[in-house]
Amino acid sequence: MDEETVEIQGRIFYQMVAIKDCILVQNLEVHQVAERVEALGQFVMKTRRTLKGHGNKVLCMDWCKDKRRIVSSSQDGKVIVWDSFTTNKEHAVTMPCTWVMACAYAPSGCAIACGGLDNKCSVYPLTFDKNENMAAKKKSVAMHTNYLSACSFTNSDMQILTASGDGTCALWDVESGQLLQSFHGHGADVLCLDLAPSETGNTFVSGGCDKKAMVWDMRSGQCVQAFETHESDINSVRYYPSGDAFASGSDDATCRLYDLRADREVSIYSKESIIFGASSVDFSLSGRLLFAGYNDYTINVWDVLKGSRVSILFGHENRVSTLRVSPDGTAFCSGSWDHTLRVWA
Amino acid sequence: MWGWGEAGRNSPSRPPFAQMERVVVSMQDPDQGVEMRNQRLRITVIPHTVAGSDVVDWLVQKYCISEEEALHLGTLLVQHGYLYSLRSPRSLVLRPDDTPYRFQTPYFWTSTLWPAAELDYAIYLTKKNIRKQGALVGHEKEHYDQLHRKINHTWDLVVMQAREQLRAAKQRRKGDRLVIACQEQTYWLVNRPPPGVPSVLEQGPERSSCTAGRVQMNTEFYKREMERCRKALTRARVKSSICLEAYLKFSSQHGPHDPIMSGCLPSNPWVTDDDTYWIMNAPSVAVPTKLRVERWGFSFQELLEDPLGRAHFMDFLRTEFSAENLSFWEACEELRHGGQAQVHAMVDAVYQQFLAPGAARWVNIDSRTMERTLEGLQQPHRYVLDDAQLHIYMLMKKDSYPRFLKSSTYKDLLAEAVIPPEAKRRVFPFMRKPRHSSPSPALLPASTSGEPVAAASGPECGDGGT
Repeated sequence: MDEETVEIQGRIFYQMVAIKDCILVQNLEVHQVAERVEALGQFVMKTRRTLKGHGNKVLCMDWCKDKRRIVSSSQDGKVIVWDSFTTNKEHAVTMPCTWVMACAYAPSGCAIACGGLDNKCSVYPLTFDKNENMAAKKKSVAMHTNYLSACSFTNSDMQILTASGDGTCALWDVESGQLLQSFHGHGADVLCLDLAPSETGNTFVSGGCDKKAMVWDMRSGQCVQAFETHESDINSVRYYPSGDAFASGSDDATCRLYDLRADREVSIYSKESIIFGASSVDFSLSGRLLFAGYNDYTINVWDVLKGSRVSILFGHENRVSTLRVSPDGTAFCSGSWDHTLRVWA
Repeated sequence: MWGWGEAGRNSPSRPPFAQMERVVVSMQDPDQGVEMRNQRLRITVIPHTVAGSDVVDWLVQKYCISEEEALHLGTLLVQHGYLYSLRSPRSLVLRPDDTPYRFQTPYFWTSTLWPAAELDYAIYLTKKNIRKQGALVGHEKEHYDQLHRKINHTWDLVVMQAREQLRAAKQRRKGDRLVIACQEQTYWLVNRPPPGVPSVLEQGPERSSCTAGRVQMNTEFYKREMERCRKALTRARVKSSICLEAYLKFSSQHGPHDPIMSGCLPSNPWVTDDDTYWIMNAPSVAVPTKLRVERWGFSFQELLEDPLGRAHFMDFLRTEFSAENLSFWEACEELRHGGQAQVHAMVDAVYQQFLAPGAARWVNIDSRTMERTLEGLQQPHRYVLDDAQLHIYMLMKKDSYPRFLKSSTYKDLLAEAVIPPEAKRRVFPFMRKPRHSSPSPALLPASTSGEPVAAASGPECGDGGT
């Protein structure tokens, strides 16, 4: 079969899939089913902690499993570990690059990973030894050919999953820095990823500048499902707590919910007055609420089932760049270009 | 559609100019837009002005939003230069009162003249310099000097242009002169903000959606895409209505366990500064809370994810003489998520302990899976035990787990579980409780399950500083 034939066949297949997707749109929308659900009452969430200490835009943050510590990274290369309950800073390291766009806390709580314009992901063991320089024990794990946009430890401290501006995701062995698996398929920068909370724990989802969200099999490196309904870059993806769906936030000012078993978008969270892009999303513990941080400095809270907005939170004085709900769901933390992080409850 | 030949759009997260422009255009609609009036300014009258409060009201009506949100959106429009205040054009703020504003002319929209040209800025500063007779100050003086050095060779042109524009301006009516000056000043306030004022035009690192050289558009690529499409076409899809029912069920089941939705007892630590909730729900606590024990009944996954739940389940399995199943599963997890260098050794250890004939803790897997596994063991890798692991996992899930839930072990746990009393509201809300610090997981020796060891309430530290 010559190349041209293969290409034509490919295009036909692609169109067929797109048509099938349209037909399924006739199905019941989530809001109709959710009509039976009680509407949520008055919703009050306030800033309970403000973490000041970064000298520049906060770009990323992650929670420790102990439900109170966080790691945050910023444009000036600083990575800080805080006990956000007391607001004490516990560790700080300065990366040799600016725009540290990704950071993650290790499951054991004993290390952090971070990276950005250095195209790498580095792991720093956390030490309280005054004589030890954190930077000295730094381990360079991942190497990409463009900026690092996201990173996450898998179920242990020994493997890291990364996403990069070079259009790929990759799985690495922390100890040796060996590349275990790479994931090719995005047509542009990959901006975000999230690991599936499934029983068999073998998939993850990524979102990119090609407007696609792709679900990958970690073992084979293959893309198992792809979704392309956003109209602009996908900045953030996060699984619904049951693992059957995931939400995405995009520069097209919408958030969307994609179901993996229905293989399509099932809900869209948007409002005419919201015209700035959504930079980061996360679910509350029960999956009923979706918190989304936007480039217009606000955080919108969505009722996942009813599709309506429950609340809008003001407070940040510049773009909200990162948002994560705490591991036990008691609060969520937002980081912003206004140099601060806020914990809301 | 697959990212073929899309022109590279190298602008990461640009402000949504088109959307903002649509809003301001609607605002200027003669019928549906904001009420326009003439505004007296000293001795001139400026037409087509709007009051700040009218802008806010219009946004409230049009988008069904609160005043706070309308003010916020209106302020963003001013900060991006789409509206300017006539009285105090230097401050990019929307005042919800009768302060008069005007809509920026499209000529001076940031999106029209993007990016702002150095030459134009030089001319603007030169005009100001001439008008102020050389008394430019602050960042404008700095920029002026910089530009003078940088484009020194065409400086005559700059001065000539500046003089020409000033001369032309003098021939306009006073009202027009004022308006044009405001328009131009607003443009430069947005595109060259003074120091200390964050620029709304600031962007992150460059992103590109250009695919050139990214993914090889060769036969291999098309074949893979075709395979994916073929799978997508033939994949059994669940009806959306069934999926949605699943969300309803999940969210309502987990609702009472969601602290943000339902609160938590005794209180949410972030709200009351009291960390009792965390102490009572620590990974290994003597008596778990009722909600926690209930959650173990939601799904096998929830039970295993909680180290305490898993420990009790292990105890139960011991009574049924099938504890090796859970141990085997745990060992497989360690293999899958362990270091690359340990893979061979771990596979070997697991085989010896659980799979070899006569093994000390032999697990019962069906012959087909065993055959496949043994074959795979010739070339050990971290996923070689996946089939066996899944088999044992399903065995526990379908068999042991339901029995566990019906067992007296579990029933006793439920009965003995505590429901923390709601913390009494502090009488004096202004007295802040001292926030206990807790030992960092990085300080404590790791527990065998890899979970951070429970942080017992540390010594009462004083006020944690910011």
